[in-house]
Amino acid sequence: MLIETEPHYRQPLLRTPFHERMRAFSQVDSFIPWSGYSTVDVFSSVEQEYFAIRNGASLYDLTPMVKYRITGPDATRFLDRLVTRSVAKLRPGRVAYALWCDDDGLLIDDGTIFRLDAQEYRLCTGERQLDWLLDSSIGFDVGIDEVTAEIAALALQGPCSCWVLKALGLEGIETLAPFEHRSVKLPDRVAAAGAMAGTAMTVSRTGFTGDLGYELWVDPAQAECLWDGLMEAGQVRTLRPVGSRALNIARLEAGFVLPNVDFVSSAHTLRNGTARSPLELALGWCVDFGKGHFTGRRALLAEQGRPPRRRLVGLDIEGTKPAHNALLYGDHRGRREIGSVTSAAWSPTCKRNIALAMLDAPHFEVGRQVWAEIYLNRELTWERRMVRARVVERPFFAPARRRAMPPGDF
Amino acid sequence: MRVLAPWKRAGNGRRGGDPADVVVVGAGHNGLVAACFLARAGLKVQVLERNPYIGGAAVSRRLYDGFTYSNCSYVCSLLRTEIIRALDLPAHGLQIIPYEGGCTLMRNGGHLALYDNHDALRREIARHSRRDAEAYDRFARDMLRHCKFIKPLLLRAPPDPTSFKPGDLRELLYLGRHFGRGGEERMYETLRFWTLSCADLLDEYFESGIVKAHLAGSSIIGTALGPRSPGTAYVLLHHYMGSIDGTVGAWGFARGGMGAITQALAAALRASGGAIRCDAPVERILTRNGRAAGVVLASGEQIPAKLVVSNMDVRRTFLEAMDPAELPEEFVRRVRHFKIRGSSGKLNLALDGLPRFPAIPAGSPCVRGDLHVTDSIDMLERAYDDWKEGRWSQRPYLDILIPTQIDPTMAPAGKHYMSVFVQYCPYALADGPWTDEKRASFGRTVIDSIAEHSPGFRDLILHAEIRTPHDIEREVGLTEGNIFQGELTFDQLLFNRPIPGYAQYRSPIRGLYLCGSSTHPGGGVMGAPGANAATKILGDLRR
Repeated sequence: MLIETEPHYRQPLLRTPFHERMRAFSQVDSFIPWSGYSTVDVFSSVEQEYFAIRNGASLYDLTPMVKYRITGPDATRFLDRLVTRSVAKLRPGRVAYALWCDDDGLLIDDGTIFRLDAQEYRLCTGERQLDWLLDSSIGFDVGIDEVTAEIAALALQGPCSCWVLKALGLEGIETLAPFEHRSVKLPDRVAAAGAMAGTAMTVSRTGFTGDLGYELWVDPAQAECLWDGLMEAGQVRTLRPVGSRALNIARLEAGFVLPNVDFVSSAHTLRNGTARSPLELALGWCVDFGKGHFTGRRALLAEQGRPPRRRLVGLDIEGTKPAHNALLYGDHRGRREIGSVTSAAWSPTCKRNIALAMLDAPHFEVGRQVWAEIYLNRELTWERRMVRARVVERPFFAPARRRAMPPGDF
Repeated sequence: MRVLAPWKRAGNGRRGGDPADVVVVGAGHNGLVAACFLARAGLKVQVLERNPYIGGAAVSRRLYDGFTYSNCSYVCSLLRTEIIRALDLPAHGLQIIPYEGGCTLMRNGGHLALYDNHDALRREIARHSRRDAEAYDRFARDMLRHCKFIKPLLLRAPPDPTSFKPGDLRELLYLGRHFGRGGEERMYETLRFWTLSCADLLDEYFESGIVKAHLAGSSIIGTALGPRSPGTAYVLLHHYMGSIDGTVGAWGFARGGMGAITQALAAALRASGGAIRCDAPVERILTRNGRAAGVVLASGEQIPAKLVVSNMDVRRTFLEAMDPAELPEEFVRRVRHFKIRGSSGKLNLALDGLPRFPAIPAGSPCVRGDLHVTDSIDMLERAYDDWKEGRWSQRPYLDILIPTQIDPTMAPAGKHYMSVFVQYCPYALADGPWTDEKRASFGRTVIDSIAEHSPGFRDLILHAEIRTPHDIEREVGLTEGNIFQGELTFDQLLFNRPIPGYAQYRSPIRGLYLCGSSTHPGGGVMGAPGANAATKILGDLRR
């Protein structure tokens, strides 16, 4: 179902089943590559798209997310050896955020694990991992297949997202709890258009926005019908497609890390000291030392026994100019460099100038003041500013509605 | 000693200076902003509100089943980011959502839309004038230059140009330097601009009548002047100088209506230990030995306080809540002549569905912005002529918004709330006092004006709240229903607002301060008067 009209040497990027719909909606023709697919950076205005996420409802094409089906009698054991948290504790019907490291305890990637059945899982990641997964599976009775192209996926996020699903005809969806997934019958109004009545899709209450939201996983043949059905159902609730730039602001407000932005996979680093451990990324809550052996456990245990050298923190920065790539200092004159900003944005919801930053010990403690070096473009006349920044708790934005049971209509 | 502005102070509820009881009269946004900063500085603050609900003119009320209205003010842009941030209003539930674009519907069935996308905007204006499409950039540049000049002055108390106090001299020096920074040419421009009429200003840029008509709207909102009256260019700027998330001139909705602003302020105030009492109308401000001593409620209850901060306008504060005999004669005379003329009305409508505007092309996002029906400067000036004659405009200027196209919280799905701001509507009619009948007739005039552009509009109306300047005065307490607590003309701005010699939030009575929009820098749900008043009060307490 993927639109592949040209050979790969002429059109290297694949198109997702939503491509035609998105192209029709795009006003500024801004497409960017993501994991080998063409995806939308911005449809019309980052600001309006951002507010669809935080005020109404938004659609984001997740299809390029790399997906693996992991099956077999050893599937649970295999995953428990692969990732840092306990998979055995994950019940069918649940989803877990997970990390996997190399033997040195350095992060390779993060993703979500869907437990579909006792012996069947789906692993979703931002980047391709087949090489590592197959190497890791030596000695396990497990089957690993990439199913990225077989599943079209849409993120439906925002305070009205539950309302939109109910309007689409998904009865009882309000009983789906955070990090649960459920197979549902495709609503008649969607199925009718696709003439595939009775087919199922998977809905999970997951997302990358830190808000109320869902992810919908569907047969690519149904993709356009699902898109049309959602757009129609959500029309009165400002549902609109959003691009990566709007999503990126929301994920930063939610405090989520992004590979190749906030950390580089240890599978790609060339230099010593540039890869990061989950503990350095403040993702220690995702590491379960009590579950038995997993890749990187020994190195992480040793790291935990040492005083931490650096940590990823949230910053609240003076002024309104985002501190993209800013170097951070312990003193106003900038003599002692203590880290750098990895992601930065003005948060339109928190009305704060926020950032994620890697800071050396002991500056990463919450409440510490540091200085950020920011360059201001004053009509091509550049000015350098040293501005105060304070280490603050993450997430920056955590509305109660993201966990509400049942979710409200807005 | 230099007093740090309160929004730059760290800490919450930290004690600064001696403990003092402060009574704030009126729980409007400025009263609450002042109360928040005073409470955070460690003072014990009691806010008194005469209505059973808080908010003043930044209020959301449910008058019809399932609908929430922004009863008075209806859009947000000027509220200072520094204040939102310092008081952490988002954590207390405030969310400002920008809207894009706007549109003027023409009597000949045409339209002019404004779009956020620059290319869309240029091509839209070019439909009316290719030259104006490019002149718009020059216009926007000049407006931004004026904004840049005025923005740093908003959160500062204006200096007294006749004073030799070190603080005033320092501020005067700042003002002088700030003024001179743009160079000679800009100084001429600034002075010219502040006294220019909007029509003259627009003539310097545009040739198309519809472009001028659309842009002129903001120059007369809330103002008892016409587009050809000198001083209206500044009022235009006043509506331009706000911003949302760095976009200067952008306007938006407070999610849940404008009451969300005052609700968030109230939550922030309570978190800092301040208290609010509703149904507590202040009858009199008490003085003892020339000092403020507290207030008396209509019930006769006395509430003593060391300081009284009035969120009421300058006329109401000094002429109604005080005995003029206690005030200097000259001061009273000036207060009496402070220009605070009522000229605006408001309709809040609950609609059964989204109205159709055949002139607006299908799919155009401009319908989610501000809509207008005045298509020439002449039509706008004539609307003003009606006001001068003591009747509401027969073809009024309307600022129409349907926030429920964006905000999901204000109406049931598929139904809509429409806010219609109406200019001009007099406080006193030539043919005798306002009656229910006249109010209904005023409402009909407005609805007819909309229906001219929207077939079937009348059938959509489920409920209408119609408010004349008289109603606004009665309900909100704004003298004559003037939405800015006094007109924004140059004679009443900066160190002349509200009254020369009293522009620093103080009054002839020690311990009595003003914090409402009657003071610098004026109205528009900015919060700056409240914050500036708090700075002054805290400075005085430390002295």
